[in-house]
Amino acid sequence: MASEEMEQLVRREYKQGFVTDIESDTVPPGLDESTIAFISQKKGEPEWMLEWRLEAYYQWLKMTTPSWAHLEYPPIDYQAISYFSAPKKPEDRPQSLDEVDPKLLETYEKLGIPLHERAALAGVAVDAVFDSVSVTTTFKEKLHEAGVIFCSISEAIREYPELVRQYLGTVVPQADNYFAALNSAVFTDGSFVYVPEGVKCPMELSTYFRINAANTGQFERTLIVCDKRAQVSYLEGCTAPQRDENQLHAAVVELVALEDAYIKYSTVQNWYPGDENGKGGIYNFVTKRGDCRGDRSRISWTQVETGSAITWKYPSCMLRGKESVGEFYSVAVTNGRQQADTGTKMIHIGENTRSTIVAKGIAAGRSDQAYRGLVKIGPRAKGARNYTQCDSLLIGDQCGAHTFPYQEIGNSTATVEHEATTSKIADDQLFYCRARGIDEEDAVSMIVNGFCKDVFQELPMEFAVEAEALLNVTLEGSVG
Amino acid sequence: MLEVKDLHVTIEDKAILKGLDLTVNAGEVHAIMGPNGAGKSTLSAVIAGKDGYEVTQGTILFEGQDVLEMEIEERARAGLLLGFQYPIEIPGVKNIYLLKAALNAQRAARGEGEIPAPEFMKLVREKSAEMKMDPSFLQRAVNEGFSGGEKKRNEILQMLVLQPKLAMLDEIDSGLDIDAMKVVADGVNSLRSADRAILMVTHYQRLLNHIVPDRVHVLVDGRIVKSGDKDLALELEARGYEWVLEESVA
Ligand SMILES: Nc1ncnc2c1ncn2[C@@H]1O[C@H](COP(=O)(O)OP(=O)(O)O)[C@@H](O)[C@H]1O
Ligand SMILES: [Mg+2]
Repeated sequence: MASEEMEQLVRREYKQGFVTDIESDTVPPGLDESTIAFISQKKGEPEWMLEWRLEAYYQWLKMTTPSWAHLEYPPIDYQAISYFSAPKKPEDRPQSLDEVDPKLLETYEKLGIPLHERAALAGVAVDAVFDSVSVTTTFKEKLHEAGVIFCSISEAIREYPELVRQYLGTVVPQADNYFAALNSAVFTDGSFVYVPEGVKCPMELSTYFRINAANTGQFERTLIVCDKRAQVSYLEGCTAPQRDENQLHAAVVELVALEDAYIKYSTVQNWYPGDENGKGGIYNFVTKRGDCRGDRSRISWTQVETGSAITWKYPSCMLRGKESVGEFYSVAVTNGRQQADTGTKMIHIGENTRSTIVAKGIAAGRSDQAYRGLVKIGPRAKGARNYTQCDSLLIGDQCGAHTFPYQEIGNSTATVEHEATTSKIADDQLFYCRARGIDEEDAVSMIVNGFCKDVFQELPMEFAVEAEALLNVTLEGSVG
Repeated sequence: MLEVKDLHVTIEDKAILKGLDLTVNAGEVHAIMGPNGAGKSTLSAVIAGKDGYEVTQGTILFEGQDVLEMEIEERARAGLLLGFQYPIEIPGVKNIYLLKAALNAQRAARGEGEIPAPEFMKLVREKSAEMKMDPSFLQRAVNEGFSGGEKKRNEILQMLVLQPKLAMLDEIDSGLDIDAMKVVADGVNSLRSADRAILMVTHYQRLLNHIVPDRVHVLVDGRIVKSGDKDLALELEARGYEWVLEESVA
């Protein structure tokens, strides 16, 4: 489309948006140019951003949903989704913990979430549910001193447009895939991080501490840039089960690591998986990609996935810089009727690039999961090395785990190793623990946690403890 | 303490135990001897509750309770503990973690709270020293990469920490060199007390030089065909099992 035409269109749609809906907090369900213009307007975005969104939208219109994933779900009606809604007003939220689903509270308790945080997580409308103001202020000051930018993506688009424009969409292009294109057109939330040259971010960054993060958006967009020799560890998500009226979640995460930079991205995801039949659960279609752009840069993905009715997610690394390193450590747990199709892609482009993949899958109940991993070695990736280890553990005999390793090797000097195991939780191991007096459920979680240890030890300390508790809660009732 | 009466057990319809009787009182050490395949391991596994065995007839009472009605973990918590012939490896689970979980499970069953961490550490250090195990073993994954002898010592360490009422030890001497045998035997002997019983399964007499039993039983083809005192073990060592069988048939 010629840029002139585009501009015209943009203007026209802008107008429509203005007149009809500017006072409203929500747009009616449906998606067209005016919806996008409305979002952009509401967020106070510069014009280039709207154009960028619209480009994505036009590409999206021409695309179809991926069908190759090992998943089954009914078609999604994209015109039935409301693409913008302001955060819930205090009076619409539960007024106290008494109004919150007791089952949810029970889970918080099992996870060991402190009392004062439970209210916040459950969305209770209390001004100072916990002393977040002081925590956040010290936090902000410390980051500011170090020169680290950490804010919502919307704020970043307004306050640091040049930085955002330089990097947004350079790792996950607008038309990368169906869900990424949709996200590019309509994203409304997410985080932005910039760590300047030579700076080691003084603390772990967690979405939990980002102001306004209480409502997780349906279409989040996260962009993290680590300049030369910079380092950051970023924690996403939360072990508390998250419910959301929005069934479809399509996030995009882009990481950029310049020369000698190191980004460690950890996720603990626990979306609501639905009832026993998977009804009401979240569909989680995420595009996460890291770009090791500079020489000797390193990007490490660690994830613990337990929730969602359906998960479709492949955090990947583009290893462009010489001697750059990509890592993927993953634990995926499915129970009930959950379906998960996860994995990673390691694209070796530069010389002597290295990647490590450790994927642990645990399937219980009637769940089904697939690991899909692509290791691609480009023609210039002399001396590239990959090591992949995929282990699946089945609990019971009604669940399934499948492994699909793909390798495309375009350079004969590359070394690619793959190991895979599938085991049923060993009766002998269970008997051994139970014969020591440990009850069956505890024995299962002990064995499963042991199975996941290689991945858990990659998580930041606090997260690891939470992840263990989460695993136990997820697998509750999976035996006996 | 333990009363086994007319026990019949099959594995996949094959009769293994065919009417076994055994009574063990508090304070006693019993040895079950017999040729390979006689059903010795089957007996201890059935008492501990392992799956895959069908009890077709008979009863097992432990302190008056019907053991066959209890879950595996309930039996252990009641004080019935099995030391394994082939202890299994559990990758990623620290030895000390298993010990603590087991001890706390047993304490909970007795209505006691969790053991305070310093007290637990002191206890475990002390007991591993008795078993001549380097404390580093506590931090390693359960049995992973342990030598045969180390696995056996680890089994006894668990006994020393958990202090069962009835300890069943299946071939605890197999694969041990003479020094390790001494350590294991000392460990077992330290368990001996007036309110505890020990049931040892072995087909070698040599262990019984170190752990002197009060009673020796000969298990052949699913039945106890002869019982006696410690001298019976010596006789078996000298003469084999054949004569016992002939005598019992006669
Ligand atoms: N899982 C099994 N399946 C089939 N047969 C078994 C199984 N376990 C043991 N047996 C058989 O039961 C009999 C008794 O075995 P076991 O109790 O191990 O003897 P022992 O310990 O006295 O050497 C043997 O004939 C053995 O082959
Ligand atoms: Mg045996």
